[in-house]
Amino acid sequence: MKKYEIIALLPYSPPFLFVDKLTKVSENGAEGFYIFKEDEYFYQGHFKDNPVTPGVILTEVMAQIGLVCLGIYLLKDQISEVEKPKIALTSNEVDFFLPVFPGEKVKVISEKIYFRFNKLKCKVQMFNAKNELVSRGTIAGMLTSE
Amino acid sequence: MTREEFITTLKKIVQPYIQDEEAFHNLTEDTDFINDLKINSANLVDVILDVEDEFDIEIDNDSMEKMLSVKAAIEIIESKLAS
Repeated sequence: MKKYEIIALLPYSPPFLFVDKLTKVSENGAEGFYIFKEDEYFYQGHFKDNPVTPGVILTEVMAQIGLVCLGIYLLKDQISEVEKPKIALTSNEVDFFLPVFPGEKVKVISEKIYFRFNKLKCKVQMFNAKNELVSRGTIAGMLTSE
Repeated sequence: MTREEFITTLKKIVQPYIQDEEAFHNLTEDTDFINDLKINSANLVDVILDVEDEFDIEIDNDSMEKMLSVKAAIEIIESKLAS
């Protein structure tokens, strides 16, 4: 499965699609990036007159690139345009180390812990353009094809 | 291992994932993991993985789908241990 095909199968659309490009994907993990636009909708309120990317959005970027893109790749033999992937986030535990501002590029690297009985659990890290650790954690979800 | 010992071990394994404390307190062989203990499907996977580690066995997809109650879990563990 090609990387652009994985992105096409993602069940998200703007303003909630947080994958610009997938740079690596294998049985063991995925790597990709997202550049936060200056006018993302959440900057209007987070915070008042001081736009900073919310932690829940950083978690979402980590989950979309690190978990969902990898999950689609792992389910590649079962999914297609007809058999779309069904996804549910089931747990996450994430620590944040640095703020991310409008216009910043973040890179996400995930490493599979296990994929058994349709549950995918990964260690996920996020880095900024200076390659500094922004956040890291463990995210899990259930993935099946319809 | 006796049935009581199996139940004690399973109780220890499921405890972190249960939602219904009363059902957990009154756990018997007939207790259902999802309907009684209110374990979600994602945590049921963790229960199965913990069972694999605890008993040093491998649970396949067919067995996993059947492992919905304490009784079914014990039967599957016993058959894997015997084979």
